Amino acid sequence: MLVTTPTLKRTPLFDAHVAAGAKLVPFGGWEMPVQYADGVRAEHEAVRRGVGVFDVSHMGEVAVSGPDAEAFLQHVYSNDVARMAVGAAQYALICNEDGGVLDDVFSYRLAPDRFLTVTNAANHDSDVAWMRSHAGGFDVEVADVLDAYAMLAVQGPIAREIVQALADSPLPARMQAARRIVHGREALVCGTGYTGEDGVELLLHPDDGPAIWDELLRRGAVPCGLAARDTLRLEVCYPLYGNELSAERNPIEAGLAWVCAEETGFIGSLAVGAARADGTAQKLVAFKIDGPGIARQGNPIVGGGEVTSGTMSPSLGVGIGMAYVPSERATVGKTFEIDVRGKLRTAVVASRPLYTKETDG
Amino acid sequence: MADASYPEDLLYHPEHDWARVEDDVATFGITWFAQDALGEVVFFDPPEVGSSVTANEFYAEVESVKAVSEVIAPLTGEIVEVNTALADTPEAINEDPYGAGWMVRVKLADPGQADELMDRDAYMSTL
Repeated sequence: MLVTTPTLKRTPLFDAHVAAGAKLVPFGGWEMPVQYADGVRAEHEAVRRGVGVFDVSHMGEVAVSGPDAEAFLQHVYSNDVARMAVGAAQYALICNEDGGVLDDVFSYRLAPDRFLTVTNAANHDSDVAWMRSHAGGFDVEVADVLDAYAMLAVQGPIAREIVQALADSPLPARMQAARRIVHGREALVCGTGYTGEDGVELLLHPDDGPAIWDELLRRGAVPCGLAARDTLRLEVCYPLYGNELSAERNPIEAGLAWVCAEETGFIGSLAVGAARADGTAQKLVAFKIDGPGIARQGNPIVGGGEVTSGTMSPSLGVGIGMAYVPSERATVGKTFEIDVRGKLRTAVVASRPLYTKETDG
Repeated sequence: MADASYPEDLLYHPEHDWARVEDDVATFGITWFAQDALGEVVFFDPPEVGSSVTANEFYAEVESVKAVSEVIAPLTGEIVEVNTALADTPEAINEDPYGAGWMVRVKLADPGQADELMDRDAYMSTL
């Protein structure tokens, strides 16, 4: 019998990661940097106080174009795509008919009839297949363009400053996207990110990725890995697919009612509308551990529910996380007990985001 | 983090733990290799003074940002002291694994059991 090991894909920045002293781990079918030589605390701090750069080229891209592009995306995305002007960005969910979440995606409207969507690495292939299977009757092309892009997230209070210094004209504002020349290369610059800090994401030709990466590092950006990406996003309570979001959870219980426009009739809108009207048995909350300890994904909650993400917050110095808890307990200030490998830890429901500049130190 | 080092005056367990044996009391900790594999330690959950530890079984947990790991006892005995300073400075396990990063002191049930542990050269040959 022939036994094959699944081959991990490498991004165009792979050699740059090795050169920067990365620890590489499998993630969503990719061999990705989890941290670099100085460690996750230093990377986290760089993004909160200066600037860090993440290779997020493992994320997928889908190009949707054609006369029915808007109507088609209204059908498959939960948000109101028609409200997106050319040059704007929008966050949305892809739901199944039951309202279960198949992926959470960011889309950019590049032209009236042309959109680019960024998917999660692990869901990319199934997203493309799902979209194509629901494209019947729409005059639209759904193109898998994952291999056409390298993607860098430049994040932190001085992120815009260092990217601006390389760009030919002013960078697009938050939640906007525009073509710019960056360090002599074509780039789609997007005012988006996953850290709670200001910054941009750059969609580049794969061959241009390493040169831009090197120039950003030369100008002081700290290379940051997946571990810092996770602590940063968790401090500001951004959901992660596979943790907070899954096909078994609907957007209402996940606290994402604000990205659902049921009036568009998107796939799953009836189920989402019913959940909105009737309420859900559990709700996603952010929590802080009262005392020592760290809860982790999968730890059960006494009385029902479970932790979806947990870590030690580098900015706050306490154990933090998100969890599904019975809805009657999902009120800021209420406490619940988490079974952390046999030890009970008390958690307090906290307001989101857990970290803001004002609560810093 | 400090450079790799494995002091000569320690005894080593294959699960990357060290023991400093002084008569019938030993100090336990984890090796440079273990802390490097873990990454930055953010939490140390110590056992209670007076509890028993058994060689080759876990007696404490250390957590790095991403993972939880069990710490294996190199020798059998009763805990007489825990490093309470690690509650506030768990990073000492990374920065000084053989000094400030010590974890517990144990009154050994059988000091002769230390003969089963490896010396520095034997341990380093396993890395």
